[in-house]
Amino acid sequence: MRIPCVYCGERGHEEFAYLGDATVQRPDASSATAAEWHDYGYVRDNPSGSHRELWQHVSGCRAWLVVTRDTRTHAILSVEAARDVALSREKAAP
Amino acid sequence: MNDAAPNAHSAAPARRLGDNAPLRLAEGGLIDRSRTLAFTFDGQRYLGHPGDTLASALIANGVRLVGRSFKYHRPRGILSAGPEEPNALVELRSGARREPNSRATTIELYDGLVAASQNRWPSLKYDLLSINGLAGPIIGAGFYYKTFMWPAAWWEKVYEPLIRRAAGLGRAAGVPDPDTYDKANLHCDVLVVGAGPAGLMAALTAGRAGARVVLCEDDFRLGGRLLLDRREIDGRSALNWVAATEAELAAMPEVRILRRTSVVATYDHGTYAAVERVNDHVAEPPSHEPRQRLWRIVATRCVVAAGATERPLVFPGNDRPGVMLAGAVRAYVNRFAAIPGRRAVVFATNDDAARTVDDLAHCGVDVVAVVDARPQASAVMADATQRASARHISGGAVTRVHGRLGVEAVDIRAANGATARVACDLVCVSGGWSPNVHLASHLGGRPEWDATLAAFVARNLPERMDLAGAAAGDLALADAFTQGHRAGSAAAEACGFSAASAPIPLLDPESTATSPLWRVTGTRGKAFVDFQNDVTTGDLELAHREGFRSVEHMKRYTTLGMATDQGKTSNVNGLALMAELTQTSIPATGTTTFRPPYLPVAIGTLAGHHRGKEFRPTRLAPTHTWAKEQGAIFVETGLWLRAQWYPTPGEKDWLESVDREVRAVRSAVGICDVSTLGKIDVQGPGAAAFLDFLYTNTMSTLAIGRARYGLMLREDGFVMDDGTVSRLGPEHYVVTTTTANAAGVMAHMEHAQQWLRPGLDVTLASVSEQWAQLSVAGPRSRDVLRAVVDPAHDISDAAFPYLAVAEVSAMGGIPARLFRISYSGERAYEIAVPAGYGDALVRALMDAGRAHGIVPYGTETLGVLRIEKGHVAGNEISGQTTARDLGLGRMLSRKKDFIGRALAERPALVAAGRPALVGLKPVDRSLRLRAGAHLVAQGAEPTAANDQGYVTSVAHSPTLGHWIGLALLSGGATRHGERVRVWDPVRSGDTLAEVCDPVFYDPAGERLHG
Repeated sequence: MRIPCVYCGERGHEEFAYLGDATVQRPDASSATAAEWHDYGYVRDNPSGSHRELWQHVSGCRAWLVVTRDTRTHAILSVEAARDVALSREKAAP
Repeated sequence: MNDAAPNAHSAAPARRLGDNAPLRLAEGGLIDRSRTLAFTFDGQRYLGHPGDTLASALIANGVRLVGRSFKYHRPRGILSAGPEEPNALVELRSGARREPNSRATTIELYDGLVAASQNRWPSLKYDLLSINGLAGPIIGAGFYYKTFMWPAAWWEKVYEPLIRRAAGLGRAAGVPDPDTYDKANLHCDVLVVGAGPAGLMAALTAGRAGARVVLCEDDFRLGGRLLLDRREIDGRSALNWVAATEAELAAMPEVRILRRTSVVATYDHGTYAAVERVNDHVAEPPSHEPRQRLWRIVATRCVVAAGATERPLVFPGNDRPGVMLAGAVRAYVNRFAAIPGRRAVVFATNDDAARTVDDLAHCGVDVVAVVDARPQASAVMADATQRASARHISGGAVTRVHGRLGVEAVDIRAANGATARVACDLVCVSGGWSPNVHLASHLGGRPEWDATLAAFVARNLPERMDLAGAAAGDLALADAFTQGHRAGSAAAEACGFSAASAPIPLLDPESTATSPLWRVTGTRGKAFVDFQNDVTTGDLELAHREGFRSVEHMKRYTTLGMATDQGKTSNVNGLALMAELTQTSIPATGTTTFRPPYLPVAIGTLAGHHRGKEFRPTRLAPTHTWAKEQGAIFVETGLWLRAQWYPTPGEKDWLESVDREVRAVRSAVGICDVSTLGKIDVQGPGAAAFLDFLYTNTMSTLAIGRARYGLMLREDGFVMDDGTVSRLGPEHYVVTTTTANAAGVMAHMEHAQQWLRPGLDVTLASVSEQWAQLSVAGPRSRDVLRAVVDPAHDISDAAFPYLAVAEVSAMGGIPARLFRISYSGERAYEIAVPAGYGDALVRALMDAGRAHGIVPYGTETLGVLRIEKGHVAGNEISGQTTARDLGLGRMLSRKKDFIGRALAERPALVAAGRPALVGLKPVDRSLRLRAGAHLVAQGAEPTAANDQGYVTSVAHSPTLGHWIGLALLSGGATRHGERVRVWDPVRSGDTLAEVCDPVFYDPAGERLHG
């Protein structure tokens, strides 16, 4: 696979490390229930098709990235800096 | 090879045989007769020429029998002239360079080449195991599963040695390969796979447009089929066109031609793997060059012009030496000027084979009969037959082959059923051509059946890939040129170049008409579908009778298509016969999955330079040279090479050295390189809050100039790592990690920084390699440091107490960091200087310490000191232990959120009976404890049900005078004083131990303060 890093451009997948599902959100520690923590820790979807995933450009700029990838074809649909995604999510939160 | 005239093919018919190879033509061919190469096959010496392959040289020398088959040990000869060869596998070279299963058809001849046939005993000609042929019914399809099922114990003792002796292919060298292998990357606009007419045209078109082109050709010579067919382009020999095209491509600065390079795999997003045989065509690679090179090619566009593979025909005896593919025969007579026989029968289903009839006649071979399986006479075939003065049999078939070690005659059945025996020594067969769809199918696209072609063609192509020529199913040469040009233009344009139209050369007429014949029916005897794995039509019928009807089941049960050739010549025939048996269509039967690599790739090529000690990089501590001078014994810890202990003269074993080192630290002073610990610099206004989130304890309250022990959890609540956190300024911390987790903790922190806490203004940098850090431990440590740290800095206990941190200078102005932290439990310091000064620092400290009895110590002593103090390390932080398990529950802050806090409170993680850290002392103090031993209650049976935990770390404590251990014991915190059975089945240990507090030495921690 080739992943277009937002900072470095297209690079081979061997430069990246995979973490997993980027759609799960760490619960709010002040209010979350045990069930929410459990889901955050352990429950992941395994979608066939488009999937948002966290990758890190470990052998490059070390940026964490949100990569939207089709799990059937490996087509990379979009790549965003994880920090930007997280910041806009914080902004959107009440 | 340039010595061979480009117009070699159009030389006048050369009916004379030349040189001392009996079947070598006197003229023609792309071989250099001015030079002679000597080689041996099975110990016999032969001669060939530059330009030969091993196969062509053997044919020129009249060698027909080249191997024995896999199961039945049947005599086999050369079938093909390319990488699809199933029969002519040899052991190439000798000694450490011996390589099994090498295809004689692709081995480029060199002077001194040594090759041996495989799978024969005692000799190729008299193979005693050919008795397997008579035992055929026993070792038919599925014989592995049936015959060798039972009794199970027989597998190892009887069946496996038997199978290994009887079946199998070549022998590996069995000793390390003396050659090197390389890996490299290549980026281009357009990758062209195959330098036949379509590939050359595509490369030429894209190259002229200005694109960066990489052209890969499997062969050592460009041209593809133009090398083996006597064709005319623009009224001249096709070889002229090849030479002119090659010259033009070679002159283009942006075009790179890789000969002897097989593209073996397609990966996602335009990534390809190719193997370049850099030095397989010489006896030994020059010392500065690899034998092979694995290329990772990244291309914006790819044109696959990989050609097509001719299919054999399925009839009894079709595996006898002398039965060859019709196209391959043309290669031998035209390209190599070697004639595979003197009396030929041609048996075919298509007009392409008419060229073989013409070419054989052209070079003086007697074509006795042309058997066309098609019931309707083909004019093309009839004309060629007439030109060769051969008998023409339409709607006929070869029904039997006579001759044991080679063809002597065949039975030919005419359309009316009458059978006649015809003497011959060569049978040229052609069942049509299968496009090489492999590279187009590696990403999962299934090829589709094309009834007109009677072949599978690739329709669902990977993105960025195009096909041209025979690989696309366009078998006519004219199509190869037009499609090659089209694909080259399209590829260049997709990369932003504009391609000019080019004149398509004028060609001689051609016909590619074909009609399939999947097997000759109404015959008796073994008719082979897969030559390399000895799969017959009978095996397919048996598999079908026994219910193996899906194509994937049929493949595994019969092993059709599973050998080193992966069924290149057998798969389509096998599928068609399967379809016939199941009474379904070929498209409904489908193909098996195409997986990389297209050709066998040596493991050494995939490994490249990553062999032996170079499998991973070795990291050396900044004091490595000095430690080596001291005679240190080193140990690999992860990538690092660390001093394990420093033996002194007279010490009889490691334990004596380590005991001495420990005593020195406890009584005087020791020095140890701890640079391998991960060091991460954390800066910014958000640094304090960030570290509060990462560590279980609070770091924002840490005073500037102070250090604190820190514990990190994973989000699931288990302990991840530990280390120290030191505050150098209001917004500046430096933290350490364990050696093993340095990279993982860095990634974890970056994840928290960018994803979990993106709003915090904090910057991280790994500085592990920038600092050399030495631990100076023991009661006299301050005295030693006083001589090294510059006098301006006050390091008295009042000014620099336990857990103090300061940026100082040492050795006369070298910037340094001083930490008063202790792993040993003694008064201790760590001093860090820029990595380049590490060597100077250790020498300065040793000089300063001589008067104080300083000793260097290694990782063993480090371990003993920490076990005596009950400090946890990697053995205890195993990923399955919680902070409470390790006795560190007090470090879990209740005042803030931190990673792992919530899930650490799960009921199972706080349950009372969890294994918890304890100390162990053998009741009989003379006995040794072993790490890994399991714990059961005193008097209990050592069973899994009674298991209460295990010993994590042990050490001989010279301070206490006996062995001690750390263990995780169920409910351990409340069991101090109990006795447990320590059971070690691996080393026959069974001792009784006393459970105690894990801190064996100085539990009050008074020695830390001096």
